[in-house]
Amino acid sequence: MVPFAGYEMPIQYTSITSEHLAVRGLVGMFDVSHMGEFWIKGPGALEFLQYATLNDVAKLKVGRAQYSMLPNAQGGVVDDIYLYRTGEEEYLMVVNAANIEKDWGHLQRLAEGFEVRLEDASDFFALIAVQGPHAVAVLQKLTDTDLVSRKKNDTFMGKLAGKWARFARTGYTGEDGYEVFVAPDEAPAVWAALLDAGVTPCGLGARDTLRLEAGFPLYGHELTDTTNPLCTPFDWVVKGQKEFYGKQALLHPACERRLVGLLVEGGIPREGYRVLGGGKEVGVLTSGTHSPVLKKGIGLAYVQPEWAGVGTALEVEIRGRAAPATVVETPFVKR
Amino acid sequence: MNYPSELRYTKSHEWVRLEGDVAVVGITDFAQDALGDVVFVDLPQVGKAVEAGSAVAVVESVKTASDIYAPVAGEILEVNSALSDKPELINQAPYGEGWLFKMKVNPADLNGLLSAAEYQAVAESQ
Repeated sequence: MVPFAGYEMPIQYTSITSEHLAVRGLVGMFDVSHMGEFWIKGPGALEFLQYATLNDVAKLKVGRAQYSMLPNAQGGVVDDIYLYRTGEEEYLMVVNAANIEKDWGHLQRLAEGFEVRLEDASDFFALIAVQGPHAVAVLQKLTDTDLVSRKKNDTFMGKLAGKWARFARTGYTGEDGYEVFVAPDEAPAVWAALLDAGVTPCGLGARDTLRLEAGFPLYGHELTDTTNPLCTPFDWVVKGQKEFYGKQALLHPACERRLVGLLVEGGIPREGYRVLGGGKEVGVLTSGTHSPVLKKGIGLAYVQPEWAGVGTALEVEIRGRAAPATVVETPFVKR
Repeated sequence: MNYPSELRYTKSHEWVRLEGDVAVVGITDFAQDALGDVVFVDLPQVGKAVEAGSAVAVVESVKTASDIYAPVAGEILEVNSALSDKPELINQAPYGEGWLFKMKVNPADLNGLLSAAEYQAVAESQ
């Protein structure tokens, strides 16, 4: 167990590789109850969220979810979030555990003047992510609510193993599956029912290797208060036709560095390692690991734009040695 | 956890088996378990003369990279080339097929290393 954002969490239950491969091949589950949850309610909820987030909330129908980010005033990112529309004037925002206090203060400040009510519900939700090609079939056996015909990013209420749950067909692994919000005191029973159904419990280690293979960012690494999302593959989140907080600072960045995926031979890239182009430093790794599926080193790195094209040959400095690296499309592993 | 009594150990979790004046070196069962799935191994150059306690190899698991130290002074004679394709041998057989390298040593230098019982006490206090 390791301390993580104020929670004690397992890196692994058995082994990172076997948990990772369970999710890619069958089904695994993650206790991600540490994530923060905020309710945003009221007649001004839509207007407020349009202002406070980068994606287009007007497109979000009741029962649908979207990935988004909270911009700051300097063109950076306060946090990356998932936004669920649970009612006409009711939204649930899921935020990173390490950012709960920062996000809460930020949103409270921005909410002034909007007809909106914010509630920090982080202590009222446990969250279990059930992910993998067999996830939906396994979950379906534990509920009468139809899960199979739902679309990616659908969200709805139902009972799972006899306990009320909010289902969302979302996740952080690149696989099909659901994230299930339940009451904290009922989470152990749901977890036990999933264990009985044969779902492999997975720790933080596999969560990180899976999200990296899927090319997803992790706040504090690829996205920070000083990174502009338009310089990343997640630029699609930014809907420049609407008004939002910090818009002037965020749009049209110079992008001195761009975020790219790197495939690395002969070593495992790690966060902070230098990226070399033509023998000179041209960037730095923000995340890196060994891909259990590709059996190669993979990483995300900010590199100078002239070195950011797919197919560009680079090197990663690993313990003083230059390991060959190639800029590749993300996700590294496609479903 | 397995601590074979015929081996000598270091506080930094290497084991040593003496075969004449050749020392076979690997990492302990405790070390492989703590590291998790080993996915990459950086081995020293054959012929290299190394000091006792100098970092000579790196074992990387999914979660972290860990330096391996020469238990005693000597010359690297051979490295386990099977590990480049099958680094998981270190997890599967840390005292057998998962050995890392062989060194030519002065056998008397091994007297300064830990016995199995002494190492077990070190490992279990962590």
